[in-house]
Amino acid sequence: MHKLLVDQPGAKKFLLGNEAIARGAIEAGLAFATTYPGTPSSEISLNFFQIAQESDLYFEYSTNEKVALEVAAAAANAGVRSMCVMKHVGVNVAADALMTLAYVGVRGGLVILTADDPYMFSSQNEQDNRYYGKLSGLPILEPSSAEEAKEMMAYAFELSEQLAEPVILRTTTRLNHSTAPVVFGEMKKPVTFGDFPKDPFNYVTVPAVSRKLHIKLLKNLEKAEELACESAYNFIKGSGSWGIICNGVSYNYVTDAVRDLNIVDKVKILRVGFSHPMPKKLIQSFIKDCEKVLVVEEGEPFMEETVKAFAQEVQYTNTVMGKDSELFSRLFEFDPAMVRTNIAKYFGVPYEAKDLPDLSDIPELPQRPPTLCAGCSHRAVFYAVNEATEGTGSIRTTDIGCYTLGFLPPLSAGDFLICMGSSVSTGCGFSKTIDKKVISFIGDSTFFHSGIPGLVNAVFNNHDINLIILDNQITAMTGHQPHPGVDMKGMNYEGFSQISIESVVKGIGVEHISVIKPYNVKKSIAAIKEAIDHKGVSVIIAKQGCTLFERSLKKHVGKPFYVSDKCKNHRNCLNDLGCPAFYVEDEKVRINPTLCSGCSVCAQICPEHAILPLKS
Amino acid sequence: MDITRLIIVAVGGQGNLLSSKVLGEAACRLDVPVRMSEIHGMAQRGGVVESAMIFGDAQSTIISDGEADLFLAFEPLEALRALNRCNSKTIVITNTSKLPPFTAAIGKGAYPDIETIKKLIQSKVGQLITLDANALAREAGNELSVNMVLLGALIETNVLPITAESIHDAISETTKKAFVETNIKAVELGRSAVSGTI
Repeated sequence: MHKLLVDQPGAKKFLLGNEAIARGAIEAGLAFATTYPGTPSSEISLNFFQIAQESDLYFEYSTNEKVALEVAAAAANAGVRSMCVMKHVGVNVAADALMTLAYVGVRGGLVILTADDPYMFSSQNEQDNRYYGKLSGLPILEPSSAEEAKEMMAYAFELSEQLAEPVILRTTTRLNHSTAPVVFGEMKKPVTFGDFPKDPFNYVTVPAVSRKLHIKLLKNLEKAEELACESAYNFIKGSGSWGIICNGVSYNYVTDAVRDLNIVDKVKILRVGFSHPMPKKLIQSFIKDCEKVLVVEEGEPFMEETVKAFAQEVQYTNTVMGKDSELFSRLFEFDPAMVRTNIAKYFGVPYEAKDLPDLSDIPELPQRPPTLCAGCSHRAVFYAVNEATEGTGSIRTTDIGCYTLGFLPPLSAGDFLICMGSSVSTGCGFSKTIDKKVISFIGDSTFFHSGIPGLVNAVFNNHDINLIILDNQITAMTGHQPHPGVDMKGMNYEGFSQISIESVVKGIGVEHISVIKPYNVKKSIAAIKEAIDHKGVSVIIAKQGCTLFERSLKKHVGKPFYVSDKCKNHRNCLNDLGCPAFYVEDEKVRINPTLCSGCSVCAQICPEHAILPLKS
Repeated sequence: MDITRLIIVAVGGQGNLLSSKVLGEAACRLDVPVRMSEIHGMAQRGGVVESAMIFGDAQSTIISDGEADLFLAFEPLEALRALNRCNSKTIVITNTSKLPPFTAAIGKGAYPDIETIKKLIQSKVGQLITLDANALAREAGNELSVNMVLLGALIETNVLPITAESIHDAISETTKKAFVETNIKAVELGRSAVSGTI
């Protein structure tokens, strides 16, 4: 049985924040869940996917976040408890649906989870999605710990049903990827089926209906504010005259800092866990007898600006600060020492930070950037592209996935990237405005997510681009999730179809299409040259399963290679491929046999044919 | 309970997430308060993987620079790189077996020799304990059990209120059945490798 399905109320388990969220949703009677995977949210849906195999839960990997939210929105309007999980930038994709779903509302609970990523551990920006609460008018909940996140799930569903609108649960990486002991609760039996009584004058958002619905949304917002003031997730700790208002993981750093600085009796803390709408009355009563107030929040001054506005209404004239060049930054994530130092500084508490070791005598160390795995087929494609376009200065627009890492030397296969699906459409823009060949790279999952409209655009407007679809037959970067092009039957999952990328590309009307096997270097180079010479849209589909995934399934057992005595130290292998299986020993290139996957690309490009398969 | 902060650094693929999971499970069994934080995703593609574990009554799940009481490195270069996490009292345990990054192979920076690394670390921290965890893992029967060897060395310091027995139990529950015996052997080899040095 899946470990999150164990019906053992009171059992204490060491759970990842994301596992705690999944368990919380199951305890709350979750019946329907959708997602597009994205770090740091991915393990929530991975657990739902596994749980769905052995319970009544319906779960799907949808093609993108907008689709995921629309599917979940309908399920929730049929009256079943639903959840839609995504990373912060996924909400941008889903925003069109979100903004009007806020008007329409839901009949069963719908929780939209957004996993924000301060410091951008694995994201292209660090946008603060609390503003989506403000923009849409929907409530926002923010847990501070794994155990609280689990508890909050049930509350989120109740709140959603009470207000008849979706609730946004906002986490950050440090909550998603923190692990702590979590106590299991009772599991509510899910209601998996409902009904949708026809009521078009409330559900079909033509202008006349929407005008009415916007009035309803604003009324709901007032009700939500009252609920926020009473919510147990907006609580006050301590009774001192120095006020600290904080949220999410910042609350943990504040609690530890107040204890470390020995000022527990001087401080009172307002932890805001229901942060949109902000609890006005609660905040006004909290600040009124504070000497001064510090707002501790990662990201934007979302609470700070509101607290200042609330303070002005009640003529509170003492200082309220948060984001400031001398205090907290809008940039990156916080840490305990930073919060401790700033609290000491703001309230004038004597404190000496720990001496950091003097590291001035440490030599410059070789970097260890994340890199494509040994044997990754993307490397083979990038090598072939570099060979096929040598000396042309071609511009390569890239996209979001493992292959983004190819932008680093020596492959240098990426010059421009903004968001999911942008490789194709930005390629269109460049092709019309610069006098260089434009090559766009997109992964298979990203192609289905948002690459297709860009390709349709390219064909319709007759752009001169070459799109290379890096089809490794799985969503690799986020931990090997399925997508519409995956052979689910081959992985023993029933009830799915498989969509051929080639048929889609043909259907769109691309004139020049070729399918290559990236491990065949010569043929790949020839096919790429031909595609680039084609005037107009050409598409290459590079088909080779993700080596990491295939190795984990014990599917791909290639023999490792070694560098034989024939080697004359040209080092093309090392310098042009950048494969992490290579190392240099006594001035000779060697191959680490445990890392080598046997892709044979280096053997094909060695001018001396000195790289050979290991016998045995 | 007093707070002890542990940082573990490794190269993606060395299995530090599993060892921190085992350690956390063991703490749970003993009712030792524990919180842990780790970074997944892009960093795992051959980059540096770090986990932070905080034992005792703290709410934070991450550790600021200079505040690690214990520091466990799966790779000597990464031990040196992450020294800013330590202070003059930190107990450092590092594997001496090298995993040179690709950048060193293409001549972008030189991998310092192991004696230099040891000397530099030694001069800045409370205590340095070294062992060749890869050799011990091979001796245990599986090179991939480096993580378990280092876990053994870590608990042998007795800084954490975690018993070897609870580690064995956590291994039996958390790791794949086929590897339990090798993993326990690896823990014991790690323990005995450092037992005289502490």
